[in-house]
Amino acid sequence: MASVTVGVSIDIAEKTYPGRAGVSAVTALRKLQAHIAPSEFCVITGPSGCGKTTLLNIVAGLDHDFTGTLSFAPPDGSAPRIGYVFQNPRLLPWRTVRENVQLVQPRHADRMELEGLLTDVGVADMAEAYPVQLSGGMARRTAIARAFAIAPDLLLMDEPFLSLDSAAADRLRSLLLRLVSKRPATVLFVTHDLTEAVALADRILVLSPAPGRVVAEMPIALPRDGRRSRDALTALRDELVRLAGHPIETQYNENSIFTAQ
Amino acid sequence: MARFPAALAERAASLLVLLVAWEATARIAHSRLFPGVGTVLATLVDDALHGELLHDLGATLARVAVAFTLAMAAGTALGIAMARSRAIDTLLDSGVVLLLNLPALVIAVLLYIWLGLTEAAAIGAVTLSKLPAVVVTLREGARTLDRDLADMARSFHFGRWRTFRHVTLPQLSPYFLISSRTGLSLIWKIVLVVELLGRPDGIGYAIQVFFQLFDVRRLIAYALAFVAVVLAVEWGVLQPLERRLARWRR
Repeated sequence: MASVTVGVSIDIAEKTYPGRAGVSAVTALRKLQAHIAPSEFCVITGPSGCGKTTLLNIVAGLDHDFTGTLSFAPPDGSAPRIGYVFQNPRLLPWRTVRENVQLVQPRHADRMELEGLLTDVGVADMAEAYPVQLSGGMARRTAIARAFAIAPDLLLMDEPFLSLDSAAADRLRSLLLRLVSKRPATVLFVTHDLTEAVALADRILVLSPAPGRVVAEMPIALPRDGRRSRDALTALRDELVRLAGHPIETQYNENSIFTAQ
Repeated sequence: MARFPAALAERAASLLVLLVAWEATARIAHSRLFPGVGTVLATLVDDALHGELLHDLGATLARVAVAFTLAMAAGTALGIAMARSRAIDTLLDSGVVLLLNLPALVIAVLLYIWLGLTEAAAIGAVTLSKLPAVVVTLREGARTLDRDLADMARSFHFGRWRTFRHVTLPQLSPYFLISSRTGLSLIWKIVLVVELLGRPDGIGYAIQVFFQLFDVRRLIAYALAFVAVVLAVEWGVLQPLERRLARWRR
């Protein structure tokens, strides 16, 4: 099972959503280039509406309607296995937790491994429950289990911890790091939460407002163990804000609720 | 489930009221044309054991089953196709509206004329009468399919069959159930008319014979047998199915 994880080369000339009656066309991405190394934990951040989700959908192969190229390395002929954790868990409400995870696996998949995975993400006790019975955190854990269930070479995560309270989000972030160290994968993680970005990333890419392109890049050499303290995170965050050169969190930052924009 | 015996008792009570009213009316009328409960039930048992009742009932049920299956399958396929593709929708919409408003009797007569008094014509007529309603209901359902879940299925490479079975079908199941419900009740009625017009067996044919003989005793007995089967399907199949399909909801 020692999988060789995959690298990603993204070179998007342009991605435009065609206009419809009453809605003008929107260019979401333009001249966006990025190279993600195998096993890298790459965080993508940027102001809201800058095309982060669009980018993930393109990488996931859900959206082919763009100009440019997307390639994976090593290109050994087979398509990389891509696990996608969406912004909403997108579980099938009519299937139990176990069924939701099991469904993405190949038919001959190892049952013990499935149980191990459910235990690792902490939903083993809820395996027979239906998604309506789950808390937000549990639903997200299930979505993460589902993404890991295919033994992904590449993990795409679109603000997976949005709308969780901060304690729950913290627990899920450490869970994610544990899972990635146990089951290595290249990670492309989208968030607008800069503290989350600096806590998780090997490298952060900052996108411009739409049409999005990479305007700043910040590798983080400090090992994650050294990022536990609030001070370390704040320092890294400040550095990222300086580098970005434009406000990113305006709409979401909890502080901004109280300050005039 | 705990309420089940109580519900059963209520059901029995209301049934009893009906039977008493029937028997009372029969005694007052005191006519060969309005037989009492006992006479009818005796006829029912006797014809089931020695007469043609079971054969006729079987023939009718077989027609219902085949027409129902055909209408549901074709209607579902067409409904989904029409929801997915604007071109197909435009192409077929007029036909669906026409068929929806064409009386079943007209469809049956036309098919008997074109195909002869055959089984194919009978089943075809019942199927065509039911088909447009299924199409319309399932098209409505398929239009509301969740795109996010479809994307999820695509990104995890579910493939056609797994997507249909686990993503599409469960979303359509309420629509499927509605159309089964209304569909069966429609088919029960149409199938008798079609049999009456051009089949040598079945409950509809028998009703016609009893009508000509003014044999009200048998007429009611046959109708009762038919209703019993309908209720058995409703309580034994449709309602449990509905509960099973809804178990993931809160």
